[in-house]
Amino acid sequence: MRENRMTQAFDAIAQQQLLESRAQQALSLARRLGADACEVGASVDQGVGVSVREGDVETVELSRDQGIAVTVYVGARKGSASSTDAGEDSIRAVVEKALAIARHTGEDAASGLADAELMATHLPDLDVHHPWDLSTEQAIEIALACESAGRGVAGIRSSDGASLSSGEGVRVYANSHGFLGSQRGSRHSLSCMLIAEDEGGMQRDYDYTSARHPRDLLAPESIGRSAAERTLRRLGARRPVTGRLPVLFDPSLASGLIGHLMSAIAGGSLYRQSSFLCDRLGESLFPEWFSLGERPMEMGAMASSPFDNDGVQTRNNTYIDKGYLASYMLSAYSARRLGMATTGNAGGARNLRLDAPLVARDELLEKMGRGVLVTELMGQGVNGVTGDYSRGAAGFWVENGELQYPIEEFTIASNLQAMFKGLVGVGRDIDTRGSIHTGSWLIDEMTVAGG
Amino acid sequence: MTTRPHAMLDAAAEILLRPGGLDLESLDAGLGHVLTPGVDYADLYFQRSWHESWVLEDGEVKEAGYNIDGGVGVRAMSGEKTGFAYSNQITADALAETGRTASGIVRSGTSLTGAPPVITRATVRYDAIDPLSGLSAEEKVALLKVADGVARAADPSITQVSASLTGVHEVVLVRASDGTLAADVRPLVRFNVSVIAVKNGRRERGSAGGGGRYPMARLRDDNVAERFAREAVRQALVNLEAVAAPAGQFPVVLGPGWPGILLHEAVGHGLEGDFNRKGSSAFAGRMGQRVASPGVTVVDDATLADRRGSMSVDDEGTPGQYTPLIEDGILTGYMQDKLNARLMGMAPTGNARRESFAHMPMPRMTNTYMLAGQDVPADIIKSVKRGLYAVSFGGGQVDITSGKFVFSASEAYLIEDGRITAPVKGATLIGNGPEAMGRVSMVGHDLELDTGIGVCGKEGQGVPVGVGQPTLKLDELTVGGTQS
Repeated sequence: MRENRMTQAFDAIAQQQLLESRAQQALSLARRLGADACEVGASVDQGVGVSVREGDVETVELSRDQGIAVTVYVGARKGSASSTDAGEDSIRAVVEKALAIARHTGEDAASGLADAELMATHLPDLDVHHPWDLSTEQAIEIALACESAGRGVAGIRSSDGASLSSGEGVRVYANSHGFLGSQRGSRHSLSCMLIAEDEGGMQRDYDYTSARHPRDLLAPESIGRSAAERTLRRLGARRPVTGRLPVLFDPSLASGLIGHLMSAIAGGSLYRQSSFLCDRLGESLFPEWFSLGERPMEMGAMASSPFDNDGVQTRNNTYIDKGYLASYMLSAYSARRLGMATTGNAGGARNLRLDAPLVARDELLEKMGRGVLVTELMGQGVNGVTGDYSRGAAGFWVENGELQYPIEEFTIASNLQAMFKGLVGVGRDIDTRGSIHTGSWLIDEMTVAGG
Repeated sequence: MTTRPHAMLDAAAEILLRPGGLDLESLDAGLGHVLTPGVDYADLYFQRSWHESWVLEDGEVKEAGYNIDGGVGVRAMSGEKTGFAYSNQITADALAETGRTASGIVRSGTSLTGAPPVITRATVRYDAIDPLSGLSAEEKVALLKVADGVARAADPSITQVSASLTGVHEVVLVRASDGTLAADVRPLVRFNVSVIAVKNGRRERGSAGGGGRYPMARLRDDNVAERFAREAVRQALVNLEAVAAPAGQFPVVLGPGWPGILLHEAVGHGLEGDFNRKGSSAFAGRMGQRVASPGVTVVDDATLADRRGSMSVDDEGTPGQYTPLIEDGILTGYMQDKLNARLMGMAPTGNARRESFAHMPMPRMTNTYMLAGQDVPADIIKSVKRGLYAVSFGGGQVDITSGKFVFSASEAYLIEDGRITAPVKGATLIGNGPEAMGRVSMVGHDLELDTGIGVCGKEGQGVPVGVGQPTLKLDELTVGGTQS
């Protein structure tokens, strides 16, 4: 038998040094070949994934992805090129291609690097790199333990599999102001999906745990069991009546509503006039008890970074302040397009946290009285230009503040502006697995279309 | 089109293997690293792709990019187990390392010797060309500016126009332990226009696009910049007038072409081999049974010339095929890759697809469409007292286990007393696949395929696909509007 380590040899520190030198190489080459300014992003990620199904191994996958992307500026023109090969020959080809493209693009007064004085200078270690040294056998054991706990729950018919994945990587950003930032990171996750069946047909559901540090993952058995509970509770689903009703969004779906808000206040949507929140800065969007901001320097968090994708120092932005739209989310480019200043958000928001009075979920249900709890959403029915919202859903019928029975094959519809204004309360049941942390959201009224 | 497998193979080997010091003969040694005791199938998938994009905004092409990708993916199988590794280096060392890693999934068993290579003979479904080279950079920029000019001149309410031109030149080569040796050169181009119209304080979007597996020059020759610009403007103006959509259950008439996304979601995914082998599809175990109304025939067809979803050979080297899935309402076929076909005792159907060398292949759709029926489209509209007529959609999704599917209309109208009346705002439609297919009551004679815009996502992998259908009537579907 061969010893089979999950991890291919991966020395993150050596990789970091290599990428940093390749980035510098690309910058100096670009300058030499005629670029007035240049920026380079480079990354390498290594990961392992195992999946098991019905008590046996199904796949073992080793991944190693790398890439380098170069943007050059010649006067007010810009060109970009990238490659999954960061070797020296490839870097030369990428730089030359970017310069060739910049000869054909049009002039753009807003283009160029972020201002030099905005470059991040405070670059602390944010404690986001915790690789996991485990063998194939250990990984398979963990996935099997997870699946077995779920399959052991009475009523589960079969398994759609349990998967464990673990990865680490390095990313580097450098530009011709002399800025170079780099960061090592890791991410591990375990998930399980199960199937149950009754006379009404089959249902499946899943649960997962995800963290930067392996010790922060939930126990495999608890994920398996909770996947089983989530699957079983869907059996016997009916269709709700059509009407206007309050809707309670599960925390994992409430974070999606915050995501829609962030897309609408992102610079790119605003300067393209393709947002329902164009020209709304300073206006009231949410109830006055609701505030929302980002904490990019939070230690160990999912999206922590001291610099953004322009090299600009990240900062604690407040987007919603006591219900009012206090800030847009801007990169250097989108800020210039709008005649504003960057908010350090090239690449998006990092670690969104809300500031609101949190109440127990039961209290939200009680407040709702009669309505629907939504635990799953389907489809892409969100129009960012108008805010119109119409999505497929599954969940539970609520009567007298208590869950009555599962419901499925219905839609919920409204407009995001009305939904934000109609936010009645936020639950204490915060989901911390992603970069947006929130509890359940109770919305006063939406149109439910069902049977 | 002619079949020249040797020329295709030699060309692919020149691009993929020679730079790293390899040739077709050396692939036997590469397979040898994977065929350790207990491995019953192994394959090597070599790929290189060149991707180009040009984006116009505010009347100028301000963004353009170029991406070079490539490498080798190595798979080892033993029964239901798969080991997978990849490298972006195509060298003897990389083959040895990825081969050893992928085969680590099994430890014992009999040793298999790879079968000698047999070159796959497949009909070529598109020309083996680099689609990026047919137009100069100046011509590409000019094409985008045509779209901008046409859209802005079409109506004073148009305030924003963005247009994009993208192309991919992809070369692949597959060598498998069952003797498969196949190569393919896959061009893919696309042109898109998106506009924002503002009027009386309302702001709406319209978009249109399309393309296929042909040279960029054909986009120019087909006047797509002008056609898609006009179509995007038309859609935005319609949406400016749209009223709230109804909520509840209604008869729904779907227009021809892109609304075939219904079939992709409601039927297609549920008939992919992996879900049926595992018994996780709502269609599992229903082969030979009625799963749709009489008159409903649905096929998956990789053989259409120059189509976005077409494949001369799939990503396991199996020739692309025409696969009937549902014939006159009866379930007759699944879409298979080699693994699932073998485990189900069926034949592969040329549906093995992967996003890239860095992803494992799975059974996937190619071009999925419903064949034409007998009904006159105008009669179908006339037959509806009160319902919805949906002609364009955003995207869709399906839960293959419960069969629930959704798709979101981006252009739809009310039908009142057999007449198309007011446009309504986009709404999500939801149903259950097998149930909805049983509610198809009229099938038009006007089969159309989409313009070439589909991307299908499955387990995080995106691949280009096509859909199509004639005008269809479903007696009842839930419409997710706001007017209850």
